[in-house]
Amino acid sequence: MDIVLQQLVNGLTLGSVYGLIAIGYTMVYGIIGMINFAHGDVYMVSAYLTAIAIALLTFFGVQSFPFILIGTLIFTIIVTGAYGWVIERVAYRPLRNSSRLSVLISAIGMSLILQNYVQLSQGPNQQGVPTLLSGAIRFHVGDGFVQITYMKILILLIAFAGMGVLTYIIQKTKLGRMCRATQQDRKMASILGIDTDKVISSVFVIGSSMAALAGVLVTLDYGSFDFYIGFIMGIKAFTAAVLGGIGSLPGAMLGGIILGLSESLFAGLISSDYKDVFSFSLLVLILIIRPSGLLGKPAVEKV
Amino acid sequence: MSQENILTVENLVMHFGGIKALNDVTFNIKRGSVSALIGPNGAGKTTVFNCLTGFYKATGGHIMLSANSKDTSVIKVLGEPFKVTDFISPVAFYQRLKYKMFGGSHLVNRAGLSRTFQNIRLFKEMSVVENLLVAQHMRANRNLLAGIFNTSSYKRSEDEALERAFYWLGVVDLTEFANRLAGELSYGQQRRLEIARAMCTNPEIICLDEPAAGLNPSETEALTKMIRVLRDQHNTTVLLIEHDMGMVMDISDYIVVLDHGEVIAKGNPDDIKNNPKVIAAYLGAEEGEEVTL
Repeated sequence: MDIVLQQLVNGLTLGSVYGLIAIGYTMVYGIIGMINFAHGDVYMVSAYLTAIAIALLTFFGVQSFPFILIGTLIFTIIVTGAYGWVIERVAYRPLRNSSRLSVLISAIGMSLILQNYVQLSQGPNQQGVPTLLSGAIRFHVGDGFVQITYMKILILLIAFAGMGVLTYIIQKTKLGRMCRATQQDRKMASILGIDTDKVISSVFVIGSSMAALAGVLVTLDYGSFDFYIGFIMGIKAFTAAVLGGIGSLPGAMLGGIILGLSESLFAGLISSDYKDVFSFSLLVLILIIRPSGLLGKPAVEKV
Repeated sequence: MSQENILTVENLVMHFGGIKALNDVTFNIKRGSVSALIGPNGAGKTTVFNCLTGFYKATGGHIMLSANSKDTSVIKVLGEPFKVTDFISPVAFYQRLKYKMFGGSHLVNRAGLSRTFQNIRLFKEMSVVENLLVAQHMRANRNLLAGIFNTSSYKRSEDEALERAFYWLGVVDLTEFANRLAGELSYGQQRRLEIARAMCTNPEIICLDEPAAGLNPSETEALTKMIRVLRDQHNTTVLLIEHDMGMVMDISDYIVVLDHGEVIAKGNPDDIKNNPKVIAAYLGAEEGEEVTL
């Protein structure tokens, strides 16, 4: 019983991180119909930026955790957003009207460039940040106990706040309306005077900011990272996006949480070696039953 | 800027590979008029519209839009390739570079031209009123931070946009459907909504592509009335493509007839009705044969 509860908490935090990264995949897919393979590496870059921000802040004498957290979040989100903007401008926009395959190859190339650039500039070894927030709450359940670290609580709070703000932006603000219009009919949106290139750029910036949010939180929690963490995280988040129905924003969040929960529960109760096998089998199963994902709309063939 | 003509099309040429869809099309549209573009199927009417609105980039010719108190060259704002002379003149080079980087069909709309489509292109998964709001984003405060913090200027601009949206919903008689999804409306309602959406961008000229297609006679009559309202009460120039000759002859001040990508006649409805070339194009008569309508 205590293991189930413990793994539920772990799974929820992991899932909310997957959800944050999956948002980047799903929004980009929704608006230009491409899979941004470099997105996982944007997340990886944000982990390095977190370490840089923490180093800078402590160098300037900032000691209290809340200030470090806010400073790191602001710095990382802005710089990672800039990465997202540049990646779209350099690698995808010139190929806007070419075939889907060439953009895909360009994305894979961008992913390799980011990995190798970080490896060259930061070194191939694992790096780390010190633990800044320690301590936990313990609940006694039956014979054992459930332990929730403060960091996990912080992850949950910030991740859900991030998702909430994003949902608000997309549903209620003018930019969100422009995003949805561009997603449904890009050419028509531009005929109505919307600068669709700018909208697409802002989608990349938003997606990268969400990845940065995840990057800061995970880095503060785990403490260590290397230039390769973006790959597996990217695959997982992409799986979450597909699971929830790619193109659907609530789908990405839901998919992330389902993936995180099932992975942790399987690891805790059955075998941690086969947790990836289980989560990808789950994906296969769901796609057999609902080919367009949990919240995706079935594609209607136009005749 | 030309006061009399809102739209000047000169020697417009559009090639798709080896197919010459438009061949040397020239016409002018007078400010405040209702003009029609007619012709048999495949004559190139919609292609002209697509060139005018920046949907296609024309192969050659000039399109000058004189609206919002300035002249806009539609082909130029879409971004043209560099020419040798650009490297001598920095101003021309800068302009070309600017439009190449930031140009696009949105600039044509911002210059004061709006259009509807033959096959309706609403944002079907947005509500009716959202469709109208999205068309007005240019004039309102669209700063993201202002939107998140809901500042008073943002609220005011949102209220104005809503008010304008409901004004147009009233004009096209869709007020009661404001919160329905656009895709759920009936065909005739969707057509009216598309016109309302185009008008929400505050254009000086609106191009309607077959607005009466698929409408029943009473709906067509309502549409005719609405087009007159657009012209008389909103000072909007109307250019339409239409196959319903009764309607065209009824509301047009000026008619341009296209056939095989060329203008075969221009003039007022009476001239067009009696023009032998037009009759031949529609009825497929031999050269020189006498045909009457």
